[in-house]
Amino acid sequence: MAAGIIEINDSSFDAEVLKSDMPTVVDFWAPWCGPCRAIAPLLEELAGSYQNKIKIVKCNVDDNPITPGKFEIRSIPTLIFFKDGKVFEQIVGMVAKAKLEETIKKML
Amino acid sequence: MKKADYDLVIIGGGPAGLTAGLYAARARMKVIMLEKITPGGQILVTDWIENYPGFPEGISGIELVQRMTDQVKRFDLAVESAEVSALDVSQPIKKVTLTDGNEVTAHALIIATGASPNPLGVPGESKFSGRGVSFCGTCDGPFFRGKVVAAVGGGDTAVQESIFLTKFASKVYLIHRRNEFRAEKILQERAFANEKIEIIWDSVVTEISGLTNVEKVSIKNVKTNETRDLAVAGCFIWVGTRPNTQFVGDAIKVDENGFIIADVNMKTSVPGVFVAGDVRNTPLRQVVTAVGDAAIAVASAEHYLENLSR
Repeated sequence: MAAGIIEINDSSFDAEVLKSDMPTVVDFWAPWCGPCRAIAPLLEELAGSYQNKIKIVKCNVDDNPITPGKFEIRSIPTLIFFKDGKVFEQIVGMVAKAKLEETIKKML
Repeated sequence: MKKADYDLVIIGGGPAGLTAGLYAARARMKVIMLEKITPGGQILVTDWIENYPGFPEGISGIELVQRMTDQVKRFDLAVESAEVSALDVSQPIKKVTLTDGNEVTAHALIIATGASPNPLGVPGESKFSGRGVSFCGTCDGPFFRGKVVAAVGGGDTAVQESIFLTKFASKVYLIHRRNEFRAEKILQERAFANEKIEIIWDSVVTEISGLTNVEKVSIKNVKTNETRDLAVAGCFIWVGTRPNTQFVGDAIKVDENGFIIADVNMKTSVPGVFVAGDVRNTPLRQVVTAVGDAAIAVASAEHYLENLSR
């Protein structure tokens, strides 16, 4: 995994996301999902440019059924932006980097 | 010849755009490819491609994109992540305006922006988008493990992706408005032989409903007008595509569905503007036809540029 993006799981979700001291973006993905793999480089770039301002983490929906269930995820990629432990914004599907950046800026 | 930023700007980074980039880079044109999200286009959402020659076992959409991207990188194609908002093709030097406000100019353009799935346009469809309504089997199929889903359409995508869905779903209702499919015969045979697929002919979806997620679709038989509800957890929609031409305006001739009209050389109604792939009014929308279009479009662009400099 590239620098800046850590892989979280059902048991680390609370600590890594809800109790995070930085706004956190969770990328719900799976290895079988083409669009998820396609947006991965964009997220890595953003993790680099917003280092120490936001945290970007990945949650594999195959290995972790509980967290995606809690947020009723039926479609991936889904990105959920968390601020102070609450959902700030949810983006479903592939979107342009500019749109992601815009959402990050709103959240900061 | 007056100066422009580029000889050629390629708009779109699916198979057509990537192939145009490959040919243009090898022709040593001053070229850039603009892609709004990330290279790949619709094949990114295609689980498995079996009719692109050279891959006897088939290849996944993402893998094919990766290979095409690696190939253009080998020839140093410049690729920029940018979305086009408008074109000005009224002058010999064409102006391409980007959504970030920047502009690039070029002597020639290749439009290869592809197409996007058509919505059904029925109540509930947008409300439940991402909550059971889906246009992408490979993205969303596994969320329907052991569940009953509906699929709508009768072309290659609808039939092939319905078969893919049976890996996860306990049952797939494949709803089609006519009494035969347009899909490749081999795909039809597989669908007919698949015990998890129940085909509902001559029928259209009239509504998708549920509480917070999809719970049922209402269908109507177009011959008998008989209506009924199907209890499903998801509804996959594959009813053709519409062209991605929002930025084109009315400067370039399009057909009644908005697809860009071109001759056999991929020339549009505007000199110096060429088109390739699904965005063209073409009789067949496949990876193999898109890449063929692109090679012709670059050859035509090259010819056009040579004449300009004379």
